[in-house]
This record gives sequence, structure tokens and C-alpha cells, in this order.
Amino acid sequence: MPEQLIWGMEVFLNGLMSGVLYALVALGFVLIFKASGIFNFAQGVLALFAAMTLVGIMDGQVPFSNLINAVFGTEIYSFGWHVPALAAILLTMVVMVALAWAVNYFIFRHLVGQEPIILFMATIGLAYFLEGFGDIMWGADIKNLDVGLPQGINATIDEVTYNIFGYGFFIDNLDLWATAVAALLVIALVIFAQYSKHGRAMRAVADDHQAALSVGVSLNFIWVMVWSLAGFVALVAGIMWGTKSGVQFSLSLIALKALPVLMLGGFTSIPGAIVGGLIIGVGEKLFEFSVGPMVGGATENWFAYVLALIFLVFRPQGLFGEKIIERV
Amino acid sequence: MKDMDAEGYTTEDGRKIGGVLMEMRNITLRFGGVVAIEDISFDIREGEIRAIIGPNGAGKSSMLNVISGFYNPQEGEVWYKGAKRPQMKPYQVAQQGIARTFQNIALFEGMSVLDNVMTGRIRQMSAGLFAQALWKGRAEAEETANRAVVEKVIDFLEIQHIRKTPVGRLPYGLKKRVELARALAAEPSILLLDEPMAGMNVEEKEDMSRFILDVNDEFGTTIALIEHDMGVVMDLSDRVVVMDYGKKIGDGSPDEVRKNQAVIDAYLGVAHD
Repeated sequence: MPEQLIWGMEVFLNGLMSGVLYALVALGFVLIFKASGIFNFAQGVLALFAAMTLVGIMDGQVPFSNLINAVFGTEIYSFGWHVPALAAILLTMVVMVALAWAVNYFIFRHLVGQEPIILFMATIGLAYFLEGFGDIMWGADIKNLDVGLPQGINATIDEVTYNIFGYGFFIDNLDLWATAVAALLVIALVIFAQYSKHGRAMRAVADDHQAALSVGVSLNFIWVMVWSLAGFVALVAGIMWGTKSGVQFSLSLIALKALPVLMLGGFTSIPGAIVGGLIIGVGEKLFEFSVGPMVGGATENWFAYVLALIFLVFRPQGLFGEKIIERV
Repeated sequence: MKDMDAEGYTTEDGRKIGGVLMEMRNITLRFGGVVAIEDISFDIREGEIRAIIGPNGAGKSSMLNVISGFYNPQEGEVWYKGAKRPQMKPYQVAQQGIARTFQNIALFEGMSVLDNVMTGRIRQMSAGLFAQALWKGRAEAEETANRAVVEKVIDFLEIQHIRKTPVGRLPYGLKKRVELARALAAEPSILLLDEPMAGMNVEEKEDMSRFILDVNDEFGTTIALIEHDMGVVMDLSDRVVVMDYGKKIGDGSPDEVRKNQAVIDAYLGVAHD
């Protein structure tokens, strides 16, 4: 087998893995957009905030320590304890639910029935607020996140592929884990949405507010629930990205990569977010591998957006999105 | 009125009507300076078909929205099952067993007919996700019971043939029927119908009338409906409230209402001489 093809396969696999992470962020977007029609610009910051909180809790950091020290002239930075990863993840989840409640209580409860653009602007405001709030709460330094996920080259895949092709593939263990977790998450979400009481209520709210009220569904409860779910997805995405490249501000920028994913997959489809993420992940890696060298590289920066642009022209509703037809 | 007392009364076709299920006491509803409903009182009795009629803009829909909790009146009290109802959100009213349909149809367009009707059962679904995971047997039994009710309703309203069809593709008349099915699936104590015949042709109106009568007969459901087609209402209902410009101008059996001078004036106009 020619070398180029083998390398291509390796690139393909790695693309799939990074696509999973895009898909995770896109998933959070889809959840909120489906249930409330809000395009949540803050989803990326939500992931950043979740990861920061997780690190802060694990390391026993005192929240707002810089602020407290500046005001009271004290020198406290740490509680001096270390919380085990699983407990810290649960605690972070509690924080994310509280955040979901606060977001609904202080912002979106008051904006019911407003234009989508106003809701969108509100999420931009939320994104900047949350970014600053996270910085004040936990500090702006780049943090190391290690919840005990295995990292580094997967020896089994390396060995098996070496025996077959005479060339060992480099697949990161962390990527494998991310894929497994993402798959579980999606299956759980789909089962939840299709078969549970609250999942049904969520779909009802997504479809028609008035009708949902008339069958006894509380809109506020569902919105808090959806924001909590999005917070949970953000936490998972935050853990994966944070472990990979450290918890830092650039984490919130992956939200921008989720935009082309959504344009590909459609804004209202959970499977669409997954497939869209995988296509973008594989597409940009393969493109960089095959065309990149001819144009001087760095195609990963723009490939996703160009692909999304092409989709906007030929299939604006995305691969799985609902086609909106207005009857005249 | 026919032997009206606290115990109820017997209709002309021999149906037994029970005691007061819901009572509106001196309801006044304003939107800014506009008075939509002015000091209106009436009751709804168990097992009856109660109609609220009146010309356009009389405040009928506002009244229905007060009953279903979409509007909160500035003055007056709503009594339900012998107790004064505190101010409530629409979903809380729905959870109390008051189901409704809408004049402009509010269905879940993206879902199938079956799923739509199934959402009517949300009130009766007790198990949350974790409970469902833990007590799989109980959750399954509950799901089966809910499905049984839904299937019965679908059967009853003769919409079996479209049960898998997405609601968005259905014609108007069928959508109205699906909406009725969803409300009925909740096994409501009171079923509120907001202009169930609006925009229908004669044939569809006859079908809908038959379904309303059958529902009342078969399930004993108390029904309160709004309609401005006088003919239909007179045939359907046991007692009629007539509204005009937010005021109550008549209340009684269809025959009594038909003879009421104020009602005739409201519908035909008064000669100014």
C-alpha cells in the first residue's frame, strides 16, 4: 500500500477524533436553540467557565481570591485541600445548574417573545460577562487540567497498525476517550429526549410554547433544564479540550468553529451536530494533508468556514435541519 | 330552568347534570384602559356542555383565557371544585385537569399525531428520568397505561389512519381534531374549546359537533366552549352564557337565551328610532 494512502488514513482517523470535540460544542448550541430558539453565543465560554470551575474546585482554590486579597489586604489563595476528580466534576455540575437557573432568572425570563436578534445579543453579553466573571473568580492564568484521563499514544493501535501496514498510527488515548464519552452522551441525550417525561416536555416547548403550556408544561422549568443540559455538555467539552491544551481563554474560541459545524449539520438536529462535527474535523485534517502543502499550509484556519459558505449557498438548512417553508 | 338546584338538574334528553364544578365570581379583566370583561359571574356544572357566545369582540376568548390561566383578572374569583383558586400559571391550571384547545390551533407541528396526543399525558407521567431508569418495570407499566388511553382517544376521534403523520402536513379540519384528541388524552375535568368550528365547512362542523356530543356522552367530560355560530351552539349546549362588549347579557338554556330580547338586540342590532 502506498505510503501516502496509509498516512491519509491516519489523518482521517485523527480528523474524526478532533471532529468529536467540535461536535460536543455544537451539541450544546443545538440543545438550547431547539428548546428556546436562542442562538447561544456563550456556549464556548460556558465550556471555558466549566473547565475553570472544575480546576478551581479540584485544586482547592479560593473563589474570588484576588478580589478578596485586594480589598481586605489578605493573602489567601488556597483552601489547601485537594478534591478528587469525580467529586469535583459533580460539584461543577451543581455550579452549572445554578448558573443555568441564574441565566434564566436574570436574563431570558424577561426576554420571552423577543426577536431572535435580541436574544442573540443577550447571549453575547452573557459570554463577555461570564468570561470576566470566570477570570475574577478563578484567575486568568493558564491552568492544567488532569482528571485522570489517559493521554499519549495508544500502544495497541500503534502495534496493530504496524503489523498490518508496517507503519504505526499515532492515535491519542485522550481522543479515544473523548469519542467514547461523546458517543455515550449523545445516546443518553437522544433516549432522554425521545422517551422521558421531561424530554417529551422539552420537545413540546421547542415546538410551540402555547401548546406546551396548555398540556401542563412549565416553560421556566424546561429552560433551566435545557441550560443545565447545555452546561453539562459544555463541562464535558471543557474537560476534553482543557486536558488536551490547558484551560485558557482560547477555549472559548472553539465556539466559533462550532458555527460551520452547525451550518453543515443544521441548527436543530442532534445527529446533525455530530455528523457536521465529524465532517469538519475530517475535512480540515485531510485538506491540510493533501492540499495544505501546495498553498503553504494553515488551511485549518479557514477550511471549515469556506465549507460552511458553500453549504449556505446550496443547502441553507444544513444536512439534517428542518426546511422552513412558508405557505403564502 | 329545569329543576335547577345545588344537586344539579336533568336535561331535556334525560342526562343528569351534577353540582357546580367551576364558578366565576364577578370577574373583571382590563387591558390598560380597555375593559375586556366586566363583572361577569357564571358557573359550570359537572357533566354539562356549557357555551359562551357573543358577537366578535365580546370578550369570549378573554373569558376562556381567564379560566385556563393565560390571563389573570384584576377583580373577581375563580372557584374550582369547591375551593377558591389562587393566581396560577397556565401550566399549573393544566395540571389541575383543565385542558384546552386554541382558536388558531396550537399543535406541535414537527411531531407525529401520536406524539402530539401523547404530550397530553405529560400531566399523568410521574416518573422522572432517574426513576424510569431505576424502576424500569413501573415506568413501563405507566407508559403502557398512558398509551392505552391515547389509543382509545385516537380510536374514538377516528384518526387512526394518520397516527404516524407529522401534524404539519394535515389539513385544517384534521388538525382541529388532533388538538381535541390531545386535550382529551389528559382526561380533563373540564375541557375548554375555543371556537372548535371556526373556519370549518358544513360537513366538518357536523363531524365536530358529533365528536363533542360523543365525548360528553362517552367520557362524561364537562365541556365549556366558545362559538359564534349560534345555530351550532344552540344544538350542542345545555346552558349558554351570552356576552356583549364584555358584559353578560344572558344566561340560561338555549331556548331561554333565544327568546332573550337583549340577546336578539346584540346579534341583530337595535333599531334606533
